[in-house]
Amino acid sequence: MEANTAKFICRCQEITEEEIYKAIEDGATTIKGIKDRTEATMGLCQGRTCRRLIERMLPASGEPSRERYSCRPPVRTVKIGDLLKDESSKGEFE
Amino acid sequence: MNVMETDIAVIGAGPAGLSAAIQAARSGAKVLLLDENKAPGGQLFKQIHKFFGSKEHHAGVRGFNIGQELLKEVQRLGVTVMLDTVVYGIYEGLALGVVHQDNHYSIKAKRVILATGGQENYMAFPGSALPGVMGAGAAQTMINVHRVLPGNKILMIGSGNVGLIVSYQLMQAGAEVAALVEAMPQIGGYGVHAAKIRRAGVPIHTSHTILRALGEKEVEGAVIARLDQNMRPVAGSERELSVDTICLAVGLNPMTELAWMTGCQFEAVPALGGPIPLHDHNMQTTINGVYVAGDIAGVEEASSAMEEGNLAGIAAAESLGCLRSDEANAQKDIYLNRLMALRTGPFGEKRRLAKEHLLEAMKHASADRVSS
Ligand SMILES: Cc1cc2nc3c(=O)[nH]c(=O)nc-3n(C[C@H](O)[C@H](O)[C@H](O)COP(=O)(O)OP(=O)(O)OC[C@H]3O[C@@H](n4cnc5c(N)ncnc54)[C@H](O)[C@@H]3O)c2cc1C
Ligand code: FES
Repeated sequence: MEANTAKFICRCQEITEEEIYKAIEDGATTIKGIKDRTEATMGLCQGRTCRRLIERMLPASGEPSRERYSCRPPVRTVKIGDLLKDESSKGEFE
Repeated sequence: MNVMETDIAVIGAGPAGLSAAIQAARSGAKVLLLDENKAPGGQLFKQIHKFFGSKEHHAGVRGFNIGQELLKEVQRLGVTVMLDTVVYGIYEGLALGVVHQDNHYSIKAKRVILATGGQENYMAFPGSALPGVMGAGAAQTMINVHRVLPGNKILMIGSGNVGLIVSYQLMQAGAEVAALVEAMPQIGGYGVHAAKIRRAGVPIHTSHTILRALGEKEVEGAVIARLDQNMRPVAGSERELSVDTICLAVGLNPMTELAWMTGCQFEAVPALGGPIPLHDHNMQTTINGVYVAGDIAGVEEASSAMEEGNLAGIAAAESLGCLRSDEANAQKDIYLNRLMALRTGPFGEKRRLAKEHLLEAMKHASADRVSS
């Protein structure tokens, strides 16, 4: 038996704990900051399991904010083809 | 794209969503209930154990039967139930982006009740990405819904009610549970559930954690160790267990993505599982017309989820003029009192204080809204 030594935070994109900390060192303070630098949360789970782990690694900041969590549609993996069956599906909440 | 309209859209058909839909439909509102699963009931549909609590909360009835009772009522009242339906976003003006059986819908609702429940916390350690490491809830779905055993020899991480109940059910299903480990010095869940595990001869190691999973292509073992008072592993206390499955039962967190999209305000409440949308006694968030109920409003139990669903359903119907406010208030009092009764005792007390803290924060949030 051999131990796997790497600690994967985002399993599907194979992003390790070390890489997340590097992104934080590089100035990331939000999930989006991590995402832009590492592509973590952009895989199959769409952040459902890994976002929470990353959140806890981010530098502490008082209030939970929308920026820090950066939730955008789609919240589930949906087929792009289903959305493109017509072209009128646009417009974000803001 | 298909466009639909409704008075009240309820997202999630667990105990909270089903109860909200029942109350709203009873008052005459047009209600649409949406859930991504093929069967309604949320967490309930995989709960084969008898529930605890009082008679109003279906104590002694098995979880999935509670789900079925609620569903019957929903259908009798003429609620439109759309299963196999993912709500992937919420847009301006309470328009829901929905995919139902490969078709795309936009659903315009006058009120939205978010009853999306919670999701399992994950834990990262070397080897945690190996096949064989899974959430306890996933293991429970495999045995109770799909009738598949996830493995033969199991290590359970966490001794809350979920860890205890799922361990027991895994044994009933024919697996061997090698041990439970718990980081805290004491067992997290109810004594009755822990006693069943102990009677079966399964050790519960408190003040212990998992250090890593072993194996090349899949889990072949695990290394656990004792924790000192500062939650650091004690050198020399490592122990290797030969297991093929590691289940994580390390808590749930509210499924809040859709709530974040509406722009409502949140407050971090660790006792309830993470950042929670602020809400008042009507379960309304800081965004008019957006309500929350159940685990999304703080991870608790099916019983409290139902009562919160009842409140949200009544309040949403009242706000549409389907109920007079004196009628609505009389009904709300019943459910508020039942909620109070649920939040007592050593386990309930913590949640009651956390909920009170949220309500207090909500008052200030509303004040901000008025003054700004
Ligand atoms: C092992 C275990 C044992 C338990 N035992 C008990 C017990 O004995 N007594 C008790 O009172 N409680 C018990 N509970 C707790 C109880 O199951 C939950 O607290 C309760 O189910 C929460 O209800 P809910 O309606 O908020 O959410 P859920 O039951 O989780 O339902 C939410 C539903 O919304 C759906 N959904 C979420 N997002 C979307 C979306 N974007 N689009 C479409 N659908 C969506 C989900 O798929 C789900 O079906 C137990 C829980 C577990 C895991
Ligand atoms: S684990 Fe990769 S997106 Fe979440």
